[in-house]
Order: sequence, then C-alpha cells, then structure tokens
Amino acid sequence: MLRKDQAGDIFNRICKLTTADEVEVLFSGGRFALTRFANNSIHQNVAEENHVVSVRTVFGGRTARASTNTFDDESLRQVVRSSESLARVQHPDPDLLPMPNREEDADSADKSARTTQAPSRYFEQTAAITPELRAEGVRKIVDVAVKNRLTTAGVFSSAESVEGIFNSHGLSHWHTQTLAEVSITMLGEDSSGWQKANSPDVANLNPVQLAEVAAQKAIDSAHPREIPPGKYTVILEPSAVLDLVGFMFWDYSGMAILDQRSFLSGRIGTKLFGENITFCDDVAHPLQSGSPFDGEGVRRQKIALVENGVVKRVVYARSTAERVKRSEYADKVGPISATGHGFPLPSEVGEMPLNIVFATVGNPQTVEQMIASTERGILVTRLWYIREVEPFEKMLTGMTRDGTLLIENGKLRGGIRNFRFNESLIHMLSNVEAMSEPVRACGEESFDMVVPAMRVRDFHFTEATKF
Amino acid sequence: MRYVADWALNVAALRGASYADVRVIAQRSRALTTKNGKVGSASDAESVGMNVRVIADGAWGFAASADMGRAAVEATAAQAVAIARASAKVKRENVRLAPEKAVVAEWSTPYTIDPFTVSVDQNIDLLLKIDGELRSVAGITLAESNLNFNREEQWFVSSEGADIHQTKLSTGSGYAAYAFAGNEIQKRSYPNSYGGQWQNKGYELIEELKLVENARRIAEEAVALHQADQCPEGTFDIILDSSQLGLQIHESIGHPIELDRVLGMEANFAGTSFLTLDKLRTLRYGTELVNVVADARQEHGPGLGTFGFDDEGVPARCTPIIANGVFTGYLSSRETAHTIGETRSGGTLRAEGWNRLPMIRMTNISLLPGETPMTLEELIASTDNGILMQTNRSWSIDDKRYNFQFGCEIGWEIKHGKRVRMLKNPSYSGITTEFWNSLDAVCSRDEWLLWGTPNCGKGQPQQVIGTGHGAAPARFRAIKVGKAFQN
Repeated sequence: MLRKDQAGDIFNRICKLTTADEVEVLFSGGRFALTRFANNSIHQNVAEENHVVSVRTVFGGRTARASTNTFDDESLRQVVRSSESLARVQHPDPDLLPMPNREEDADSADKSARTTQAPSRYFEQTAAITPELRAEGVRKIVDVAVKNRLTTAGVFSSAESVEGIFNSHGLSHWHTQTLAEVSITMLGEDSSGWQKANSPDVANLNPVQLAEVAAQKAIDSAHPREIPPGKYTVILEPSAVLDLVGFMFWDYSGMAILDQRSFLSGRIGTKLFGENITFCDDVAHPLQSGSPFDGEGVRRQKIALVENGVVKRVVYARSTAERVKRSEYADKVGPISATGHGFPLPSEVGEMPLNIVFATVGNPQTVEQMIASTERGILVTRLWYIREVEPFEKMLTGMTRDGTLLIENGKLRGGIRNFRFNESLIHMLSNVEAMSEPVRACGEESFDMVVPAMRVRDFHFTEATKF
Repeated sequence: MRYVADWALNVAALRGASYADVRVIAQRSRALTTKNGKVGSASDAESVGMNVRVIADGAWGFAASADMGRAAVEATAAQAVAIARASAKVKRENVRLAPEKAVVAEWSTPYTIDPFTVSVDQNIDLLLKIDGELRSVAGITLAESNLNFNREEQWFVSSEGADIHQTKLSTGSGYAAYAFAGNEIQKRSYPNSYGGQWQNKGYELIEELKLVENARRIAEEAVALHQADQCPEGTFDIILDSSQLGLQIHESIGHPIELDRVLGMEANFAGTSFLTLDKLRTLRYGTELVNVVADARQEHGPGLGTFGFDDEGVPARCTPIIANGVFTGYLSSRETAHTIGETRSGGTLRAEGWNRLPMIRMTNISLLPGETPMTLEELIASTDNGILMQTNRSWSIDDKRYNFQFGCEIGWEIKHGKRVRMLKNPSYSGITTEFWNSLDAVCSRDEWLLWGTPNCGKGQPQQVIGTGHGAAPARFRAIKVGKAFQN
C-alpha cells in the first residue's frame, strides 16, 4: 500500500520535473480481492494491487491531466510531459481558479455548515482478510443454501484503498479506508432472494444472517403468480430506495443548473417532495464512507439538500460557485459557496453529492410493521436496470428482481412475477406513507447511501415479465 | 515481456498449478470533450501491469500487479496459486478446459492513421467547430462533444506454449445537443447517443463520420422536438434505425447467449438467461429473416469485438447464433464449451485490462442484412401505418432478458408510406422472442452499419468493455408503443 510519505516523495519528484505555473497530483488505488461463487461453488477468485498518480498542470489559465500507474523516473517524466503538452494547447479558461492553498482549504466556505472530522474508516481486521477467510465465509453461505435446498451465487470482497492530493500551493490530504462487502443471491426452481451489505469494518457484516434472509425470500417467493400491472402500494426495501433516488443526485449540482440539465432548474426553494422527505450530504456520518475532501482538496461540508420536501440548495465545486454567483441564477438557487463536492479538474460535470443521508422523520416503522399495516401492496427487495426515461419529471424505468411478494391484509401472500415500472421520482417522493430508520444500504445501480425503507402509494407498474 | 511471463509461469508450475497463463498489458487512452464552447476535459492515461491466471487443485486463482519487477511478478504468481487452493475448498467439480492448439502469433488492428499522432490542437478545433454549429441553432441550451482514442498492447503466454502479441486500437466520437424549454428537456445525438460511434480503427473513422456536416440538422431536430406531438400509446408497426437496432441486438440477443449467464455464473449481478440449454437448436428465436452471428474476425468489420485472439489464446471465430430464426449457438469459453457439447471454445473470453479476469463477453453480435435489396426509404414506403424510431435515449431489460423497454430520441409517424410528422418521446416494449418473431423486413447491405457499444458492463468486480453490433434498419409488426409515458 502506498503511504503518504511515499506519495509526498513522488509529488516532490514531479514538482522538479514540471515547468507549469501550478501542479496538482492525485493519488488513488490500493489492494482489492474478491471471491465469487455460483452454483454453490467458488468459480472466480481474484486479487490485485494498483496505484495511480494523476498529474494536473496549469499554464496561464490552461489546464489538463495525465495519469500513469508506474512511478519510475522515466514514467513520471513522461506523465508530466503528457499533462503539460495537453495543457499548453488548451484555450485559456477564464473560469479556472488558482489551486486552493492550505489556508483557503482551512477557511473554505461556510463554517456554520462545517462537519466534524469524519471517523476513521480503516480497520485492520478488514485489511487482514485472506482468501481462506473469504472461502470460509462462502462455505457458510453455501451451507445455508444446501440446508434450504437452494443454490447460491454472490461475492465476498475486501479492499484497502488510499486517496490523496498534493498541490504546489502547499495543500495536501491523505485518506485511507477499508471496505468489506457480501452480496448473496439464493435461487430456487422458480424464485430467488437477495441481500447485500458492506462496511469499512468487516465486523459489521454477518454473511450467515444475510444468507438466511436471502434464502427465506427465495422460499417465500416460490411459484410466483402473475398479477396485472397497475398502480400499487409498494414497500421498497432500502436497497431499492437507494437505487431509485440515486438517479437524481447528478442534478444537485451548480453545474447542472448552469447547463440547464437539472430537474431542479426553477425548482430550488419550492416544495417538490412530501413533507416527510429530508436529506443531506454528510461525509462524516458514522454510517457513511469515503474521503473527507473533494477533487481539488476542498473539505466536504455537511449540506442540507432537502428539508420537509423543500429543495434548499445544491452543491458546488469552487469555480462552479463563482460562475453561478455571476449568473442569472444567482438569486434563485439558495446559498452559493464551494461545498467540497467537486470532481477532479478539468471536469465538464462539475460536482455531485456522494454521501447522502436521509433523516428520520416522524415515527419510523420496521418493514414488518409496514407490511402489517398494508391492506394490499407489493414488497420489493431489489430493483434492476433502472434508466431515466424523461429527465425533468425524473421518470425512471426498471424491473423488480430477487424477491417480489404480494401483501394482502397485512401479510405476505407469496411471490409474484416481476414487474417493469415507469415512475417519476418526484411523484414517488411525494407519496411516501411510511419510512423505517435509515440504514447504510448498497445496491447495484447507485452509490452507497444511508436511506430508509419506504412505503409508497400509487407506484406505477406498467408490465409484467415471464418469471 | 516474455521474461515477465516466464518468471510467473515458472513459479506457478513450482507451486503446483496444472495450468497457468500470463497477460502483460500496456494501455494508453486519450479523452477530449467540449461543452458549450469550451474544452470540458482533456486527459491522457497510461496503465501497465500483468496478471497470472492459474488452475490448482482443480480450481481457479487470479492475481494482478502493476509492479513488473521479478520479485513482484513471482509473488503475484504465488498469490494466484494460493488463491486457487482457497477456491478449491468450496468447489463441486474440477475446472475442465476444452483443448486449444497453442499458437505463436502477432496480430494488430489494421488502421490508416494512428489517432495518437493527430495533434490535440486539430482535435480540439474539430470539436469546437461541431460545438459552434450546434449552438448556432436558437434554442440549444447545452452542446457536448467527445473524441476518444485507445490502444492496448497485450502479450499472452500460457503454460501450454501459446505466445501471442496483439495490439488493438479503437477510436470513438460523437456529440449531443440539448434544448431545455418550459418543463421539458429534449436531446439529439450524432452519430449515436452515449458517446457516438466507436470502431477498432484509426483516425480515419473520424473523417468518415461527417461530424460537422450533420451538426446543424441534429441541433434543429432537438429544438423542433419541443413542438412535436407526443408519441401515441398503442400497438404499431415500428421501424428501428440501425443504431437502435444494434442496441436491441445487444440487450435481447447478445446478453442472453452468454453461456456463463446461462450456467448461473452471473446470477448475483448481471443475471441469468431465458436461453436454458434445452433451447439450443430447438427455440424459434425469430422469423426466417433473423440471421445473427457472433463474429470476432476482421473480415466481419472493424467492430469493438474484433480481435485476432481472445484472452485465453483462442483465434477469432464466427459462431452462428440464430439461423433463419432458429437459435443455434452460445458465446462460450474453454471452461464452458463442454456444457453445450462443443470440443472447442467459441473464443469470446475477454478482460477490461491487466487487472481483470477474462470472462465471456460479446464479440460482434450482428444481424445480417436482408438479401433482397431494400433501402430505409423503400422500407418506409412499404409501411402503411407505423413509427420510425431513431437513436437510443433509454434502455432497460429484466435479468433473464425477457421483458425490455427502449426509449428513442426521435420518432416519425409513417402513413401510407410517407413520414407525416415528428413525434417526441417515442418508446416501445416487449418480450424478446415475441419481438424477434414480429420482424418482417430488414434493409440490405447498403444500409448495414457496424456500431460500437463502448460501455458494456458485466462481472464482479464490474468490467466495462466494448462490443460490436452490425444492423440495418428493420421493421417489426404490432409492437407495444408508449407504455413508458402511460398515465
């Protein structure tokens, strides 16, 4: 694993090689291993180690980036040369700001919104996971499958990673993190169930418990029957919520407002969702993960995005904030300041909130309590292949998968054939009847978040498939 | 690089591997984008590394390293063997590899102009010229364009004696114009959406695409969509342009024929397939006009799925997938070939890069053109009441690849053989085999294009790779239209 002192040495070598006005170097990478199983057998099992150094140079308002994963003198000379030659032929960008320095970073933006320091996200126990330990975990999952006369497929992975940034104005940040992840599908003859969880600390994962829940879903949803498509009350488990709401966060960006590609254009300050919808971006939340600084090294701040259904503001990279202040949108978008959510420059997409945390509103209910109080509805474990059909109403399509069950009179009444939905996120978040306590959740269509399960009325299923 | 491979193969053998292969790879890429009159991003990237794939105790192990010093390479080989032995603790049967003649070979993508020799100045000038054309149309609120070049040099050496040096080159470019007005964002792209057209070619592709020449028309269409009528909901005959049909092939033929999906290996992520083994040579996939091949050979064209050898040393092959409507073949590998009674791999194992395990991936999955000469205009002229849909906007399909829904950027209502009005927000949906059994006309060779899909995701950890899809416009009878916008 690359250490900060080694990265600092590489940065110093790069500084000696460049003639640029300014230079910034990003480091990323680490160790990653994944054991993959299917048909109750390990069939893929991989490990890698890789680190990337990415060099951005600036000449008189012109900037560009080049990267390499080899750190010998000639490779560093070449990556600097590539970055410089790309930068020199750019047109000057009047919106490009000088790189932030150490003081600017410390002072960055709105101190009232400042988060506390994010907790450590590096756990020795996770970093020390071996192929044998992962195989042992898989063995236990397979045992659950065999006990229930099912077959199982999934992954058990572990990683330790670094992210770092150094620039020629004296700014430097370094972040290390571990992550373990378990994802399990249990397959019956005509049904399936799924569970997935991850955490920086492997002690928070319980593969056997996940396997038992996935197995029960496969059993409960056996012999699925077809019911007609239409508008149903649905109970979306946290992974399903995450995969849906994840499609809107590209739009909580100053650059998206400038580009007129955001569904929030003209809607900031208005009540867009139900009274019970409140969420923020908060890298320091104990259930979150990731580095506490952005692509320019600006510290990520806690930002309230939506409160009681009202869109409060969006996030900003440094230059985007300055552009929006000068734009026709300046008095229409709420507070404008660099929030520490920028992507590495140069970037045409600007920034994005990546540490979403939904708030507990009212009296949270467990999924079981929501089921018990539902006269007729559908329990959705997982969604799949979600795509945006219409960008301004945030109309999404996708499929249910791996555990779709009918609810009648407060009880699960067996599996049903999977549905295709076409549903507006605005409509959905205006129709949330109940929520659970938010949990750290992970899916396949979006990034990890802290989200609740939700009961939503009038969720629109337009077609059923064949299984 | 042969010495790197030898270090790894020797250690793998000493540690007891019954089979090993090594891939040493150097990748280079350049990405340039513009947005609203400015360069959006400009970046070069290089990535170099090696991997060792082994079978030990009858199970697979894989390890990869960017460090190609002898000690690191030998440690990586030893790690791969140790991982394989851990895999063997949870196995049902030993891995079986179909035999393959070990070859010593060189292969590289044919090209005329190395795109990395074209000056960045010239590239940026081209993109800004396109950008200017797009934004010269009143109502365009966002213009984006991109140029991408990739080179991958790979040395593949196996314990069976294979020694293959292969260099692949790909080029891609495209642009999109957005018009935001009222409560609506409309968009048009050229030559295709989500990155444009990509092929295994040099810079000559850029010169062939006529990018600047089409920019104004595309922008005007994006603005005009605001005044267009909403695509109606109902059952219609539809004509798909070749790029949309390419994606339809990708999703509803290309993925379900992946044998690893069929065998359950992707059940946790990408999903399984409705094409269970009993359907081989028995299922009527489509009408007699549906002829589909998986063809990685250069003679099929410069698709993103074209190569000399796959990533386990199997020469590029052509496999008939659907013949006169009957399902005839899967995409297979050396490990999976025996499950369908084949004695050789179909040659489709590929990896995203040096740090990823090769897996079954689409090559060029193409619908062969109709044999009767027919242009798109002639197909429209022979359609009494239908909708022509062009350029993908959204795509989704279930995890067994039955139910799909696609949205397109623009539609045209056809009445009595003529385009009568523009339609916005066209979409269609269906069940895979029902859809392909409704095809009643395919345009001929002159309308056939080999499209590149640069962003196909699969596997855990996920790998993104390019695939090719040849298609000519085709007509499908009585298709569900407009469900996506149903109230």
